Amino acid sequence: METIKTEQVQETMKKYTDQGKQDTRSGFGAGLTELGRTNPKVVALCADLIGSLKMQTFQEENPERFFQVGVAEANMMGIAAGLTIGGFIPFTGTFANFSTGRVYDQIRQSIAYSHKNVKICASHAGITLGEDGATHQILEDIGLMKMLPGMTVINTCDFNQTKAATLAIADHNGPVYLRFGRPKVPNFTEADQDFQIGKAVTLLEGNDVTIAATGHLVWEALLAAENLGNLGISAEVINIHTIKPLDEETLVRSVQKTGCIVSAEEHNYLGGLGESIARTLASHHPSPQAFVATQDTFGESGTPAQLMEKYGLNNKAIEAAVVQVLKRKK
Amino acid sequence: MPDIQELQDLVIQVRRDILRMVHKVNSGHPGGSLGCTEFFVALYHVLMNRHETFTMDGIDEDIFFLSNGHISPVYYSILARAGYFPVDELNTFRLLNSRLQGHPTTHEGLPGVRIASGSLGQGMSVAIGAALSKKLNNDTSIVYSLHGDGELQEGQNWEAIMFAAGKKVDNLIATIDRNGQQIDGATQDVMPLGDLREKFEVFGWDVLEIEEGNDLEAIIKGMQEAKTRTGKGKPVCVIMHTVMGNGVDFMMHTHAWHGKAPNDEQLEIGLAQNKETIGDY
Repeated sequence: METIKTEQVQETMKKYTDQGKQDTRSGFGAGLTELGRTNPKVVALCADLIGSLKMQTFQEENPERFFQVGVAEANMMGIAAGLTIGGFIPFTGTFANFSTGRVYDQIRQSIAYSHKNVKICASHAGITLGEDGATHQILEDIGLMKMLPGMTVINTCDFNQTKAATLAIADHNGPVYLRFGRPKVPNFTEADQDFQIGKAVTLLEGNDVTIAATGHLVWEALLAAENLGNLGISAEVINIHTIKPLDEETLVRSVQKTGCIVSAEEHNYLGGLGESIARTLASHHPSPQAFVATQDTFGESGTPAQLMEKYGLNNKAIEAAVVQVLKRKK
Repeated sequence: MPDIQELQDLVIQVRRDILRMVHKVNSGHPGGSLGCTEFFVALYHVLMNRHETFTMDGIDEDIFFLSNGHISPVYYSILARAGYFPVDELNTFRLLNSRLQGHPTTHEGLPGVRIASGSLGQGMSVAIGAALSKKLNNDTSIVYSLHGDGELQEGQNWEAIMFAAGKKVDNLIATIDRNGQQIDGATQDVMPLGDLREKFEVFGWDVLEIEEGNDLEAIIKGMQEAKTRTGKGKPVCVIMHTVMGNGVDFMMHTHAWHGKAPNDEQLEIGLAQNKETIGDY
């Protein structure tokens, strides 16, 4: 029986091969480039980080629809809100830290409360920003953004999905926070995928435990599931690209089957995906849950891989969490 | 353009609205509202080329943003009396389930309001965005905005002031209500603003001043001049010198009525100084 399970897992894993490492921010840049060519209402703003956000092509091809605002993120958010008046769809680009915490009140009043159709696109999210250290590594942004009424919160896992999400949010009427990262990571989801906001993607089906991961942790969850399969543990892996609105139906259905869950995210356990899942399960299907996340701490300098290891955000950490949560299963 | 007497009558009526609104709910901001009443009357009835029906996008019409949202009483009165919503709705100011929230918002769908304001310092950025939007739409209309002088202590303004000049946002007229007062006292004591004209000019704006900011004709003249300066490569700033609490003698020349409502007796005194003209709501 265990052998069969392992084969099943390995076979399913073949669907998800790394097509070559790419950064998610380049997925955003590719999506924005396409929008520049297809949607004349899309405008873009950047706060002195055009290269980092991969916005060069959009800028070159649409200079009249691109606004360099300098190192002035608060002003950028207000201008973006104003640009919606007249029918434009502004995409703002800067690091996640400067896209959220630095400009929270501007987003709250001028964008969220005012129902403005602004797409806040945030790169270098989380600890994998790496060597720049904790001043730039925000691990609180998902919480900040998901607390704002009406804000959609998306955290994509690879290049292809980030590109697809960038295209999808242009067609969604309302404020969106799109979170992605700096390092090159495996690109394993389909090119030209149909990205549905608010619809989780079940990557692997399993029976013993659900692993609900977001962002860079999705690939790690797949690696963990492969290793767990070798141990005879059948893990269901769900890619939660949209943290708000959360696909509660998919999550509850999965946990009804598996009986326990591990949430995995590159974010503080306070305010992140894990808490959203816990609230959902507490309301609909209380179940043991383990949290792979940072433990209410700031980050530090280091390579992305070193930091993921030290802060317990890789496939090994997910495996350990699965082992722990399985013990609590009735 | 309505004649000056009609406009004066409206000014008096709007003052009465302001006093009655804040008195009824014993809260709100009469001081700055009264100080800008003449400006709002001139803006909505003389200066702006605006459509009768409100649309959020405001295409091919002049649009206005109130950055210092706490002077919502004058804003609501003007919007109602300009026909955007029933005048009787002024009765609901600051009440539960009202569209007339303490500070203006789009959240309740009140016609005339295009952005929430109240948390200070954000309106100029929004006005710039709307002005850029007009340029992209080849819409030659003007974007107006109003800011408190104390509000300029918020740093975001200076990001916006730098941007508007640097990027030649010349279809924007930002007016500063220079009443020299803020919640805790005179701006000069709380946080000196220095020479505002010089500050804006150094940033690259075209600046003009209206010395008699509570005189309708002076406002109209000054703002008409401001309009002629748009489209010339620079954003336009109007520093409008006003008296906080104008038109109600005991509220004038003090910060005391920034955010305080009159009691019954004070209301009667204020209303007696501003006798009903075109009709109370």
